[in-house]
Amino acid sequence: MSHVELQHITKRFKTVTALRDVSFEIQDGEFFVLLGPTGAGKTTTLRVIAGLEKQTQGHVLFDGEIVDDLPPPDRDIAFVFQQYSLYPNMTVYDNLAFPLRAPMRRMSEAEIRQRVYQAAEILRITHLLERRTAHLSGGEMQRVSLGRAIVRQPRIFLMDEPLSNLDAKLREALRVELKHIQKTQGSTTLFVTHDQIEALTMADRIAVLNKGRIVQIGSPIDIYDRPATIFVAQLVGVPRINLVDARCEDGTISIVNSPVRLPKPVSRELPRTFKLGVRPEHVQLDPQGEFVGELLLIEPLGVESILHIKVGQQSLVCTVPGMTRHKLGDALRFNLVRDRLHYFGEDGVRIQV
Amino acid sequence: MTATTALQAEKVTPRHRVRRISDKTIQTAFILPTMVLLILWNIFPLFYSLYLSFTEYSVISGAPPRWVGFENYRNVLSDPLIWKYFALTGRFALLSVGLQTIIGFAMAMIVRAKFRGSGFITTLILIPMMLSPVVVGKFWAMIYNPTFGPLNYLLGMPPPRGPDWLANPEFALWSVVLVDVWMWSPFVMLLCLSGLKAIPEYLYEAAAIDRASAWFQFWRITLPQVAPLLMIAILFRTIEAFKQFDVVMGLTGGGPGDATELIAVKLYRIAFLGRFDTGIASAFAYIVLIIIIAISNLYIRYLNRLRGEA
Repeated sequence: MSHVELQHITKRFKTVTALRDVSFEIQDGEFFVLLGPTGAGKTTTLRVIAGLEKQTQGHVLFDGEIVDDLPPPDRDIAFVFQQYSLYPNMTVYDNLAFPLRAPMRRMSEAEIRQRVYQAAEILRITHLLERRTAHLSGGEMQRVSLGRAIVRQPRIFLMDEPLSNLDAKLREALRVELKHIQKTQGSTTLFVTHDQIEALTMADRIAVLNKGRIVQIGSPIDIYDRPATIFVAQLVGVPRINLVDARCEDGTISIVNSPVRLPKPVSRELPRTFKLGVRPEHVQLDPQGEFVGELLLIEPLGVESILHIKVGQQSLVCTVPGMTRHKLGDALRFNLVRDRLHYFGEDGVRIQV
Repeated sequence: MTATTALQAEKVTPRHRVRRISDKTIQTAFILPTMVLLILWNIFPLFYSLYLSFTEYSVISGAPPRWVGFENYRNVLSDPLIWKYFALTGRFALLSVGLQTIIGFAMAMIVRAKFRGSGFITTLILIPMMLSPVVVGKFWAMIYNPTFGPLNYLLGMPPPRGPDWLANPEFALWSVVLVDVWMWSPFVMLLCLSGLKAIPEYLYEAAAIDRASAWFQFWRITLPQVAPLLMIAILFRTIEAFKQFDVVMGLTGGGPGDATELIAVKLYRIAFLGRFDTGIASAFAYIVLIIIIAISNLYIRYLNRLRGEA
């Protein structure tokens, strides 16, 4: 069993407050992702759990027990750093075996060997075992770093943007592998990233962090379909969500500076002015569509195309599958998917309808 | 329109003439004096002394150099005293550089940690190596002085009980080593410090999480990362140790007897005292040069191997 809980963690450095009242729980076997922009406090959270930083307030609990005063080696965690933290003068084998050779583990060389080979096979680095780590490529080094974490079968894996130093292709491949390993091993993982795609593809649950505060915790579907704030809505999803000023009068919603008019959803009142969010895939082209706009720009990506449509003074982004035959300047008719619209108040908080 | 352009062109031309010195000329003007000095002071003496090393010649005799082939080299290499001084210099280098390495590295480890006043202390430690070696030699001679020097007082041996450090053949070499170590350990420290500061903190953090002992962290992280810079420090200090002259002259002048007669001191005696044996001194200097180059090469090769691995 490994269950990690943070209770009201606040961390202040000399002049800045890095974390403010951060609380969440990670269940046994869960892949939990901390998502946020640079400087949001993701790494600090990780370091507090590892014991590399001491929180100013609050508690860290492992399996229900407070571990605030345990130093890092006694917390039984594995940490994968953004930079490959390998011992340059040792072979890959010795790097992998190293955490197992700590005297207090009293593990036999035979067992160490078996565990190292097992980890190497999972990560497909068996052929590198005899090499010195200084001669490895970036992808290989990060695999070895991951290997050094998984040989130990720790309580929890803490990963600090382990993929961000790799090139795009490698990142994609390792992302899939990492998720596969996590699922087959059932290991509890806290993964930190600023990349929303990594978060959406790998996570069981995501916690979105901004300026040291937790903004939202939920499954990838929750985060994507019901973003709690404008910040979350804009952080997740490519291309970005369309966000326009809107007004609500006499039961009609009108997008400012455009001819688009929509009926107000019946369930709840809306303020007079608010922000309307529409995901690009919910701007749907339709020859019988209700609204009309002018095609401003096309970004063909192959698997889909991104169209920028000018409606009045506003511009909406829309995605269509495959390559498009439309030309710049074409008049396009489209619909907005009504039950997929997002309403945010002037304070940026979601208005539930 | 055309008229104005022509007028402007006319105005511009004389100014152009003043600035007619080409980049190439300026380049030459800057480099030439340095080249001339370099040739006069370095390159010419280098080759002239090579020529003199094959001749019988004394600068004070007035007689022209007489070609004697390899005789000077034969004489120097077959002189058992010279070999004794080489051995002495080797011993001096080993002791002095060894101690400087250990002490310099240890000091670097201490001032590496940021504490109140660590910057100030680092600066203080660096002062000895900024002093003139002759001055250092002279005032250490006073510190060592058996009648009024403070060293024996500090050791709890006021006169007449304390030893005469510089006059005692057993202690003299050690006394010179001590001064050299005092003066040059800061240099080793400085290089080590820059190496230590470049080691990323996460390597230690990763090791701590893996339950690595402090000894392991030192042996597997700190030392390998500092090693290339440490080797450079050792290389520099070894070369300097073989050339050690001014501190010895300030302290003992090679004495008592020949207890601190390092090769550079011996070389000075041959070249500038007594008969001024310029020819023999030149040959001797070349032998020293070849030995230093050989040692440096071995070092550099080792250094490159170390780099290749890291």
